[in-house]
Amino acid sequence: MEAGVVLKMQGICMTFPGVKALDHACLTLKKGEIRALMGENGAGKSTLIKCLTGVNKFEAGEIYLEGFNGPIVNKDTMDAQNKGIATVYQEVNLCPNLSVAENLYIGREPLTKIGTVNRKAMNRQAEELMKELELDIDVTRNLEDYSLALQQMIAIARAVDMDSKVLILDEPTSSLDDREVEKLFTMMRRLKAKGVGIIFVTHFLEQVYAVCDGITVLRNGQLVGEYNIEELPRVKLVAAMMGKDFDDLASIKQEGSGDKRKEPLVIEAKGLGHAGTIRPFDLDIHKGEVIGLTGLLGSGRSELARVIYGADRAQTGTLKVKGKEVKIKNPIDAMNLGMGLLPDDRKAEGIIGDLSVRENIILALQAKAGILKRIPMAKQIEIADKYIEMLQIKTASRETLIKQLSGGNQQKVILARWLATDPEFLILDEPTRGIDIGTKTEIQKLVLKLAAEGKSLIFISSEIEEMLRTCNRMAVLRDGAKVGEIEEADMNQMSVMKAIAGGDSNE
Amino acid sequence: MSSLKKITQKRLFLPIFSMILVMLINVIYDMACGNAPLTFFTVTIKNGVLYGRLIDIFNRGTEAAILAIGMTLVVSSSAGTDISVGSVMSLYGGMCCMLLAGYGNTNVSNYAVPLIIGIGAGLLTACVCGLFNGFLVAYMNIQPMVATLILWSAGRAIGLLLCNSQIVYVRVPSFQKIGGYVGFIPTPILIAAACILVASLVLKFTALGTYIQSVGINKKASRIAGFNSAKIILLCYVICGLCAGLAGMVATSRIYSADTNNIGLNMELDAILAVALGGNSLGGGKFNLAGSLIGAYTIQAIDTTLLALGVSTAQSPVFKAIVVILIVVIQSEPAKDFFKKLGKKKEMAKGAAQA
Repeated sequence: MEAGVVLKMQGICMTFPGVKALDHACLTLKKGEIRALMGENGAGKSTLIKCLTGVNKFEAGEIYLEGFNGPIVNKDTMDAQNKGIATVYQEVNLCPNLSVAENLYIGREPLTKIGTVNRKAMNRQAEELMKELELDIDVTRNLEDYSLALQQMIAIARAVDMDSKVLILDEPTSSLDDREVEKLFTMMRRLKAKGVGIIFVTHFLEQVYAVCDGITVLRNGQLVGEYNIEELPRVKLVAAMMGKDFDDLASIKQEGSGDKRKEPLVIEAKGLGHAGTIRPFDLDIHKGEVIGLTGLLGSGRSELARVIYGADRAQTGTLKVKGKEVKIKNPIDAMNLGMGLLPDDRKAEGIIGDLSVRENIILALQAKAGILKRIPMAKQIEIADKYIEMLQIKTASRETLIKQLSGGNQQKVILARWLATDPEFLILDEPTRGIDIGTKTEIQKLVLKLAAEGKSLIFISSEIEEMLRTCNRMAVLRDGAKVGEIEEADMNQMSVMKAIAGGDSNE
Repeated sequence: MSSLKKITQKRLFLPIFSMILVMLINVIYDMACGNAPLTFFTVTIKNGVLYGRLIDIFNRGTEAAILAIGMTLVVSSSAGTDISVGSVMSLYGGMCCMLLAGYGNTNVSNYAVPLIIGIGAGLLTACVCGLFNGFLVAYMNIQPMVATLILWSAGRAIGLLLCNSQIVYVRVPSFQKIGGYVGFIPTPILIAAACILVASLVLKFTALGTYIQSVGINKKASRIAGFNSAKIILLCYVICGLCAGLAGMVATSRIYSADTNNIGLNMELDAILAVALGGNSLGGGKFNLAGSLIGAYTIQAIDTTLLALGVSTAQSPVFKAIVVILIVVIQSEPAKDFFKKLGKKKEMAKGAAQA
């Protein structure tokens, strides 16, 4: 292993049933380096980390760790910890009702001669550790007395005290505010000076540039590249994560679909927001308009749509539908106003797995009709058959359970569910994720057709081309807030990516 | 071979198979005793009413069958069980008899209030119990077992309070009739038939079944598709409460008294078992009401059979447990897989022989 390298992962492969989660992924970490591990959801970040810590068993590849001759394999997290690889997760995995010192030494308490816990020694050691890390903490108080940031740091202190060479921080900042993040960074820099190699998983771009020395980017389980921080400005990082080579970004010519601004307004949102997921935003949508929501995963694009639909109840602001102010408490209220939502998590929020294709298709229509007005079986069959044919849903029969269908066909069934209600305003959240290219094109065509019929749509997709092809306007989201809009004339790959990346995009 | 396969793959195959198994034991027993082989199925008229072991099973199985209806819906929608139904049955008895006899009286032969008020108040109380359970489960997100544990322990005690800790007898023929006979048919059988009929009609002509199953399978997705999951779950618990009230009505009238310590004792377990025996997953989701009902009557058949075999009531739970274990194991996934593999091996052996 090269001098100065503390950890080297090479050619790691791992398959989950039906999915190649990691395909020859690599990662190199130097001593005293903070390296960001970046990639969109599903890129394989967590899987790679889990392979390292022994949670997942990888099928091929090698892991080299400083001080070990030859490749190592960790049986479990305990084993990894003993070898010097410590992990701190997003949620603090400590006991809030125990003291700080107890938390620091749980499982490895200093003992007295007769085998009981030597509390004096434990508290003294804990105090020394806190002093060393320049944390102002009373180790005898309960963990829950301290802020989440400090708890996070205590978790890190615990990890560091176990003589770790490699420290993995898995999205440690997602529940911290700016001041707390800064504290955490100070601590990370201190550890770095001590020679600990840190792998930092985050989806906040600003933080990467604030604290990291290097970036490793994964996409679809493969290594995109390992960069020094100077080599990879924001826009290039976004391009790398999304799989676009920045130099080759040929802007797709887009057929002018006309200005829809003269059409009547369907949705007017003013200051709509939901604490913790999306900050208050304004959004107008006209009849026949397709609005794209763009931003990295976790930027709040799904959350914005969910607030309009009432899947998350709006806590602030007002919503007008076709000029009338409305209060939406539950999805059914939105549905009665002519809305529909195809959620991004098909399995958790879309399909009712144990019901048949027919039942899944008529579900929303039945909900609108009410419990007493059962849709007659003949009518159900008619509707199901109509959409199975129209969307070319590949199913053995209309009575096949939806869970037995492929992902793309499941998606079509959910789409059919909403089309059956004849909505005026449809939200499609990642309708094309995880489905084959042919179906993707069909869905995009369908979106354009619906818009031509005078329906309004919100279209959310991680694939910028798809949005460029379908949208009249785009709203840009970053870190849980709507930060701007892009007009049709200005929409191209580069402008969208720059908007997503934010900050000083010309660096 | 293929037709046999088709039959065995039907959802109701195993519940019916279990029931037939229990009946078969009866037939063998009868033959061993030197009776006619079909004594079990013989229905005669004795003293002007229907008589026979089969009639007895349907008569005595009424409470479990009615409870099974409500329990099936609760299990399906909330992936939990309502363990308060036995106590609610007893509470019905307390409420109804207290009103009919007048508070403080323990032995009356005339109604203090019209019968319909007594029954109505009892059933209403049961529905309120269901409402309470449902509220805790659906809106407070309390585990069904814990939420219903409250009335499991308190329901019976409230009944006892209403009756001033006495056994209240209502010796009025019209009250006894509910647990007795209409013409030559036992009234409970008619009540069970009516409940089953109403339940099937509701499931057939409203979308309740779709709503409940959808919520039970995927609560989040159901909400996005426009269902109010909490309301549906609440409704299921109210229906379950009503069923417990109806079962309580039959049980109370059978003994024309509010014996709150004994009415519906351990009935919740029979109801839950009925749902499981019917091939329904206690994890919620898809349900099969017919299966649950067959399960309820199977349990009663086991009880009646053991009684006929001369097993003392103190020992019968042991034999009941053995039979239940067998039935549940036969229906379990590993056992099903085992039988499937066995079938395949046979087929393969056959194929090899032919080749």
